Amino acid sequence: MTKLELQKTANEVRKGIVTAVHSAKSGHPGGSLSAADVFTYLYFEELNIDPKDPKKPDRDRFVLSKGHTAPGLYAALAERGFFPKEDLTTLRHIGSHLQGHPCMQHTPGLDMSSGSLGQGISAAVGMALSAKTFGDSYRVYTLLGDGELQEGQVWEASMFASAKKLDNLCVIVDNNNLQIDGTIEEVNSPYPIDEKFAAFGFHVIQVDGHDFDQLKAAFDEARGVKGQPAVIVMKTVKGKGVSFMENNASWHGTAPNDEQFATAMAELEKAGEALCQM
Amino acid sequence: MSDVKKIATRESYGNALKALGEENPNVLVLDADLAGATKTGVFKKAFPERFFDCGIAECNMVSIAAGVAATGKIPFCSSFAMFAAGRAYEQVRNAVGYPHLNVKIGATHAGISVGEDGATHQCNEDIALMRTIPGMVILNPADDVEARAAVKAAAEYVGPVYLRFGRMAVPVFNDEATYKFEIGKGIVLREGTDVTVVATGLCVNSALEAAEKLAADGISAEVINIHTIKPLDEELVLASAKKTGKVVTVEEHSVIGGLGSAVCDVLSEKQPTPVKKLGVNDTYCESGPAAKLIEKYRLDGVGVYEQIKEWM
Repeated sequence: MTKLELQKTANEVRKGIVTAVHSAKSGHPGGSLSAADVFTYLYFEELNIDPKDPKKPDRDRFVLSKGHTAPGLYAALAERGFFPKEDLTTLRHIGSHLQGHPCMQHTPGLDMSSGSLGQGISAAVGMALSAKTFGDSYRVYTLLGDGELQEGQVWEASMFASAKKLDNLCVIVDNNNLQIDGTIEEVNSPYPIDEKFAAFGFHVIQVDGHDFDQLKAAFDEARGVKGQPAVIVMKTVKGKGVSFMENNASWHGTAPNDEQFATAMAELEKAGEALCQM
Repeated sequence: MSDVKKIATRESYGNALKALGEENPNVLVLDADLAGATKTGVFKKAFPERFFDCGIAECNMVSIAAGVAATGKIPFCSSFAMFAAGRAYEQVRNAVGYPHLNVKIGATHAGISVGEDGATHQCNEDIALMRTIPGMVILNPADDVEARAAVKAAAEYVGPVYLRFGRMAVPVFNDEATYKFEIGKGIVLREGTDVTVVATGLCVNSALEAAEKLAADGISAEVINIHTIKPLDEELVLASAKKTGKVVTVEEHSVIGGLGSAVCDVLSEKQPTPVKKLGVNDTYCESGPAAKLIEKYRLDGVGVYEQIKEWM
């Protein structure tokens, strides 16, 4: 895909996020929107996957360690064709395959259930370890929140990944700087994130998480790293793409009401039209 | 009884893992800096390329096992019961139980027979914790023959399994030549008509010794070995309770939430029967030689016999 096509796709993913969370009347739009671009890049460029064969054995694996941003992942999976986009309006409804946090038994395209923070990265490490041990060529990706770095298990997993030289593992950190109770510095600062991962033996790459050129360069670089795991620390804007949600912690876990939904969708429509003029 | 062979079920676990490694190339073993104690070191020596030490990080180990299982391989992960079921409970629930992944948790040093290490390491709560997880199979073998069979059965079963092993050497009373292990099927070791004694783990041998003493007093005890606590062999327990009208449960575990509770859950709903639960009575235990602790907390043959007599 060209950069413009990726931008247009990401805009559709953002519409899917807002639609899903509005329909659910609950959920986590802020961190879904900050990661919408990387979800798009992963599912349309980076990952070796096939929506028609979601369980193909040699597929790359993705674990959403920050599981509460499931709406972002679901919107990307739907956009990529793993299931109908109409399903997004069933998010968090009784009987829906789209659970509040990812459930691998129900949703096509999910490689792991997640939602309890700090655990997804360990599961990704387990997948990478399995691939190395049994000679499989797939790569494993996992996305973490910056607040999630406060969980000690993240560092247990990182220590192990580096000690076992898991260069088939790519950790991504969505550094939008906000968590439920405020900025991550106010709550319990995990900074400096880059130096911490470097100290744990990672190859560290820092990017603007909303710039597809930088994302492409980062994932290409990560794929070339040998003998150690890679981490891509993405500087992002929480709520990105919906003006009134941007950089506002109160949109971490709040759904838009009907009026806010209409405003958000109008903004995204307009952004989409602008991209079509380019 | 000095001529009876004694083996700790953790030794059986290590040996069974090695045998499994030879049969099944998809078995991978994880430990958390206790390979010498849990006996996964036996597997490590034979298959170093399929053994990984996670260091002292049990929560990470359990989640890693979940990831390995998600790729279609069969991970066994081991630590002491206190840490595998206790510290990593939420990982077992959310990363293993919820996605129903094919993870085998080999928990050793369960119960008070840990001995000298004392209360922090004597896990009397693991069965209770694991019982609350939907779809979890809980195996608590009584001797070496049963423990090795349980490991094999766990590997063949697809889904999460919690295996409970002990540190202390215990008598081998099952005959390997005739022994058959089936997940969810209890074993009647001695038929009786006056009281049913349902036991698990090292307490099965104590129950057999107690039954012998009861017989001398003219009391006919039926002894049932429940190696699978979940799913419980309800049919067997109900039939025996109906026959004898009195049930005693015996376990090296808290009387809250373990085998006794599982038996009461079934009987209270389907066949109300008086029950006496023998085990650790809602207390922390203490340091001491394992066999002496088992005696002090009245879970040896004499203790079980006396407690049954007191109750009846």
